[in-house]
Amino acid sequence: MDLLSLTAVELGTAIQQGQTTAREAIEAVLKQIDKTEEILHCYISIDRKKALEEAEGVQRKIEAGELSGPLAGVPAAVKDNLCTEGMLTTCASRMLGNFVPGYSAEAVLNLKRAGAVLVGKTNMDEFAMGSTTETSAFGPTRNPRDPERVPGGSSGGSAAAVAAGECFFALGSDTGGSIRQPAAYCGVVGIKPTYGTVSRYGLVAYGSSLDQVGPLGRTVEDCAVVLEAIATHDRKDSTSLAREDTDFSSALEENVKGMRIGIPRDYFGPGLNGEVKSAVLAAAKRLAAEGAWVEEFDLGLTEYAVPAYYTIASAEASSNLERFDGVKYGYRAEGGGSLHEMYKKTRSQGFGPEVKRRIMLGSFVLSAGYYDAYYRKALRVKAMIRRAFDEAFARYDCILGPVTPDTAPRLGESLADPLKMYLGDIYTIAANLAGLPAISLPCGKNGAGLPIGLQLTGDCFQEKKLIRAAYTYEQAVKKGGQTGDEGI
Amino acid sequence: MTKEFETVIGLEVHVELATATKIFCGCSTAFGGRPNSHTCPVCTGMPGTLPVLNRRVLEHAVAVGLAANCEITRHSQFDRKNYFYPDNPQNYQISQLYLPICRDGYVEIDTPEGEKRIGIHEIHMEEDAGKLIHDEWEEGTLVDYNRSGVPLIEIVSEPDMRNAGEVIAFLEKLRLIIQYLGASDCKLQEGSMRADVNLSVREKGAAPGTRTEMKNLSSFRAITKAIESERERQIDLICAGGAVTQETRRWDEAKGTSFSMRSKEDARDYRYFPDPDLPPVHISDEMLEEIRSRLPEFRTEKMRRYREEYDIPEYDIEIITGSKHMADLFEATVALGSQPKKVSNWLMVETLRLLKEKELDPEDIRFSPSHLAALIDLVEKRTINFTVAKEIFEVMFEEDVDPERYVEEKGLKMVSDQDALRKVVEEVIASNPQSVEDYRGGKERALGYLVGQTMKAMKGKADPACAGRLLKELL
Repeated sequence: MDLLSLTAVELGTAIQQGQTTAREAIEAVLKQIDKTEEILHCYISIDRKKALEEAEGVQRKIEAGELSGPLAGVPAAVKDNLCTEGMLTTCASRMLGNFVPGYSAEAVLNLKRAGAVLVGKTNMDEFAMGSTTETSAFGPTRNPRDPERVPGGSSGGSAAAVAAGECFFALGSDTGGSIRQPAAYCGVVGIKPTYGTVSRYGLVAYGSSLDQVGPLGRTVEDCAVVLEAIATHDRKDSTSLAREDTDFSSALEENVKGMRIGIPRDYFGPGLNGEVKSAVLAAAKRLAAEGAWVEEFDLGLTEYAVPAYYTIASAEASSNLERFDGVKYGYRAEGGGSLHEMYKKTRSQGFGPEVKRRIMLGSFVLSAGYYDAYYRKALRVKAMIRRAFDEAFARYDCILGPVTPDTAPRLGESLADPLKMYLGDIYTIAANLAGLPAISLPCGKNGAGLPIGLQLTGDCFQEKKLIRAAYTYEQAVKKGGQTGDEGI
Repeated sequence: MTKEFETVIGLEVHVELATATKIFCGCSTAFGGRPNSHTCPVCTGMPGTLPVLNRRVLEHAVAVGLAANCEITRHSQFDRKNYFYPDNPQNYQISQLYLPICRDGYVEIDTPEGEKRIGIHEIHMEEDAGKLIHDEWEEGTLVDYNRSGVPLIEIVSEPDMRNAGEVIAFLEKLRLIIQYLGASDCKLQEGSMRADVNLSVREKGAAPGTRTEMKNLSSFRAITKAIESERERQIDLICAGGAVTQETRRWDEAKGTSFSMRSKEDARDYRYFPDPDLPPVHISDEMLEEIRSRLPEFRTEKMRRYREEYDIPEYDIEIITGSKHMADLFEATVALGSQPKKVSNWLMVETLRLLKEKELDPEDIRFSPSHLAALIDLVEKRTINFTVAKEIFEVMFEEDVDPERYVEEKGLKMVSDQDALRKVVEEVIASNPQSVEDYRGGKERALGYLVGQTMKAMKGKADPACAGRLLKELL
């Protein structure tokens, strides 16, 4: 059996049925890592010994009938901004290059409860700031679909690991598209859940009011199952919600009859690559053919999302990252001096340029005299965007559009022009500002064979509608083969 | 010509709340403990950790607000105050700036000119910082985060006070309210109550002057001295043609003077913004009513009731109700059947004497009402005499011993056995011929000496009246 050709759920089923074992699964993944990791660099750290031990332990529990879930024994990767007890958690920063937490993130604990086997910690943009995984202090990750290109970011290592078979699924975090955009660039599926669905405890904060942990997988089903495992109410996170509708796998049905899907005209203006546009519109047509009711509408405020996002996320980041000061843990600059000099040297040497840029931007928008003009105004824009979505969801079950304006850029192309890079987040950011769930799934390839992503955004708590629509589309493509520009 | 100046004073009072656990995590707030033994990933600012509000903190803050006639903010919110210092593990303090939990209240104080209302601008909740320990041997600094995350409320008064007397009266009033609520023990010396003084002077009738803020005031005495010193300093400056600089000053109690810490020019920009980790706090009607219904009987009402219920002097009422702990002790002891006047006497005389001697607050009293009631009962039943009772009380004050058991163990019961007493009296007469002769010669004072000798021989366990009667009889 070629284990790597299976989805996470298929593998989990095979393990349950005794056709293979957790050990064979982790060995297959480690073998694949031996083949591709040197080029791709999906991981910051891999603990082979621990992974093998964990697999053995899980296998014993499966055989004893103590673990029977679909993820038991399935090798998983976790983004390196999620704390793992006793395992290096660096956020891809020199600042936390030596940091080993004494606790695990709630999402990671939930994965372990489900019996997933942790392969390692994936590469990312430093402190999740970036759209290419090139701002990592430990070097970039390459896109498995074309190693000359970036995998996207900031959860680039997670997306690439899933695409390359270096794990069966992965956790990422999404503050402004950081799960969905790399999923689109790497041709995998990613879900950013409703804010508050997955606990943020143990997720090293970037923009606290926007951050959500979510799954990346090869199929909609894998993502739905993983999300179901990690979505729990957590009293350690005051923004965690007590939801009773987290049985996401129950939404895996091929049925979009009567579903109302809105396509915002705003998303298809200049700036959107032609090939991406046709692939996304073709996907809309296929959903219509499956019985969905699709129409265009004007969402509005689209051009304000990016500036509002960078103002709010940077403001929160400037405060969240204050704790990295060389006093308690992590990097401390050599060479003594006064307390103030120690702070200055440590933070100058410990943070990379993109992190510093956002700390400076965030400190500025919060400073006396500018707070009202920038930060408060951004909060007002955020509220207005939320209202625009409320109006849209009064008419539509979900909103369909592209994930990114273009396919994956080449390495080195993006960092030279940060403003252009920021504008690349235009379609993903609104879901974070409004706290909405959104899914990114493949909808074909461009002429050069690069994956194109389709995004479905839903109202708060409407993940199941998104999963149903995405699953219906995915299955239709699988059955119907390629039509026009789309296909997988 | 001498100008007449008026002093304008406002206070910022920090009170540590008496909750078992910290404001945003489950760690103990107990005082002391090995450095960093009351800490967890949350209160040491570890990456990825999140704060969760302790409901008790909110309840205490609302109760203090209601007692101080404040308007309660029904949708309140926490803000981050950003500044770098190692005692603050996140490098921001979680506090409230934009929507504090209580606003626009007042308390009434007694002044020589009569009752006066002191406005409360706001009360907000926040977390305390850790403590830096400078290690002189290693030339390094260590941080103890045991206090990091201990809940505080900050009470900001309006600038309604005009002299040190009013400031002390205001603080006393706040302390009583908060102690009565059980929200804090409010000890200045231990830092569970801290007051910063904002002070300016102005010529009578003129516009307010520039104010300074005085920190590091750890006793009422220091506050009084600092107010007087700062008032003089500002008046001297103005009279010499200078101007007062808006600044923060630190009081040096040993030197009896203050020093500038930082001026307005280098005031920090705290970049306050709403803490995204803590959702807005909503106070429902039910919660507000529940807290209101749980408000205790405050001092004024208690004094009124004491006047009606107990036959004790006004002075006693004032002292006893001046401490919630003492009032509780008094009421509990009376409830056990002791006579109010007797209980009051033990509190007013022996208790106050020992508190003063040992430099303690009434809040530090450790003996239990049942033991005080038992002691009163032992004297009442003439099981022990008053001298022995006072000795036992001292031990009780220290260790809260059970007086009945103590009397039993130490054999302190009064000897009422007439034969035993007679034997001792005979011995005393035999061994003090000179005094016997003096008494018989008409010197009444000699009898007192002989009674004393008898008591001594009986190790204090005799009834002195009995001994006197017997001596007279035998002489």
